[in-house]
Amino acid sequence: MGYVWSLLRPLLIFLILYIVFTKFLKVGAAVPHYPVYLLLGILLWNYFVDVTSGSVNAIVGKGDLLRKINFPKYVIILSIAITALINLALTSIVIVVFMIIGHVGITSQILWLVPLILELILASLAVAFFLSAAFVRYRDVSYIWEVVVQAAFYATPILYPLSQIPTVAAKIIILNPMAQIIQDSRNVLVTHQTETIGSLYGGDKFIWLIPIGFTAFAAFIAAAYFRRRSKFFAEES
Amino acid sequence: MNDDIAIKVEGVYKDFVLPHERAGSVKGIFTSMFRQATSKKEIQHALKHISFEIKKGEFFGIVGRNGSGKSTLLKILAGIYQPTKGKVYTKGKLVPFIELGVGFNPELTGRDNVYLNGAILGFSEKEIDSMYKEIVDFAELERFMDQKLKNYSSGMQVRLAFSMAVRANAEILLIDEVLAVGDADFQRKCFNYFKQLKNDKTTVVFVTHDMSAVREYCDRALLIEDSKVVNISTPDKIAQDYVKMFMDEPVLQEVSKKNDDRWGDGSIILESIKTKVNDEFIELDVVIKGNKDFSMPILGFRICSFAGDEITGTNTKKEKIILPNIKKGATVHLKCKIPNILSDGNYRIDTALQYPDEITVADWWDNAATISIRKDRHLPYSIDPGFIISII
Repeated sequence: MGYVWSLLRPLLIFLILYIVFTKFLKVGAAVPHYPVYLLLGILLWNYFVDVTSGSVNAIVGKGDLLRKINFPKYVIILSIAITALINLALTSIVIVVFMIIGHVGITSQILWLVPLILELILASLAVAFFLSAAFVRYRDVSYIWEVVVQAAFYATPILYPLSQIPTVAAKIIILNPMAQIIQDSRNVLVTHQTETIGSLYGGDKFIWLIPIGFTAFAAFIAAAYFRRRSKFFAEES
Repeated sequence: MNDDIAIKVEGVYKDFVLPHERAGSVKGIFTSMFRQATSKKEIQHALKHISFEIKKGEFFGIVGRNGSGKSTLLKILAGIYQPTKGKVYTKGKLVPFIELGVGFNPELTGRDNVYLNGAILGFSEKEIDSMYKEIVDFAELERFMDQKLKNYSSGMQVRLAFSMAVRANAEILLIDEVLAVGDADFQRKCFNYFKQLKNDKTTVVFVTHDMSAVREYCDRALLIEDSKVVNISTPDKIAQDYVKMFMDEPVLQEVSKKNDDRWGDGSIILESIKTKVNDEFIELDVVIKGNKDFSMPILGFRICSFAGDEITGTNTKKEKIILPNIKKGATVHLKCKIPNILSDGNYRIDTALQYPDEITVADWWDNAATISIRKDRHLPYSIDPGFIISII
């Protein structure tokens, strides 16, 4: 039952967005293979949201266990990330189906998805570690994060192609690691017409260092914060 | 650290910052910026300068009253809490049982729960494989292992959890009063198994209120009171100290004016009642006050268990004591000594002031005072007069 719904939920959301954005708003008309393009964006974004929103109250939710036994606290967050990854793998079967229907060619470039997914996991874990540790002390983090996620959904080019917004704005938006990951994934899997960080900055290879470096830095800081705070989880959660 | 030491605690302090002193939200950070900074922090000292060593293979008891800090100490030994100051060294695989069946999931089978609980306690799948049969045998639940845990009776769940606790191949076991639950037979089985563990040099740290268990099983014990170590000694000595702690303390209770269980015409009232308990006597100290001129009052009282059973009682008429006439505003002071033959536990005292007819009530007061009796043994009966039994 759970698997069916974890497959069905993103599909239904995709269906709604697809109808709205192709039939009414006509945003996706210019993008080849827009259904696959949209679905891929939604699934990657969903992974990020599943991990981060699921982690916010994960430590506090396990408080009962934390007060009774000592175990490495990061496994709580890691288990959420792994569960979400299994979900992502299952739902990507749907992408494959859509690709076959839409005659999207698969090239060896698909291998780039591996480092991109790793970057996605790292970015999600960074946020998850920070939020879950912060929530132990500041109980309104969950409300704040709900709003931030909503805003970030629109600030990330999931529904709209970057070509439809001013280049200056696009150049800023793409520096967001989530935007870079989604656009790069679309580029290697769906269509080379996707605006990626590479194309927006004219093929400058070093520009990738900004989102990747930011992700790595954030992950480092978040891990350090989590590690420092985890000593007090038992008494504060 | 010496080779035969299993746990070493060095100058451990633990403070808890009371949560209301801290900004509990991001919003709170902002709002407190505009409020005057109240830098006074309220800190609770749960443990103060705790130092001791536990040898390998020792059965070590930690005793103390509620709130004395013993559970905090156990949690620090288990690594659940971090000490504010000081260090804890442990040697060997430590398995804590702050609660039985940590992480048990009712939706899984008994077998899965053994593996889940084992994983949470820090055992690998292989290690559990090797312990599995023993655990199930010990719990006497072979036939139920493929049943979902939610279909177990609570006794069966406890038994499975117990078996995990005692059969887990740990070098140090920390046990927090968990053995107080479960039926007596199984408890005995567990304790006897612990005794057996001594031969394998397994260290057991055991937190309890039960002095008979301390006397029977522990090699050494630690008494903790008011966040500090009072004494570390033989179980007999510690059990004595623990019991004495309650005895030395006179329970003084002033009359509270407002009480619902009180009735009567109020022409004469009980001004105050104080109780004092020691090994030999229970003393009542009673002051009666006249609100009107009153002649020949009768004072009676009874002692009831907290469950409501009336144990004993008397009144001044039955004792052939004639109380003087009391003028308005005057007081009479009485003292009553009762041999302390009550069993270990808490009791309440009901008092009554009556007219000479023994019927009309001037001041009837249920639960006027409470007394707690601490004895180093507990009988399941109200009276413990002391027994002299000899073999002829």
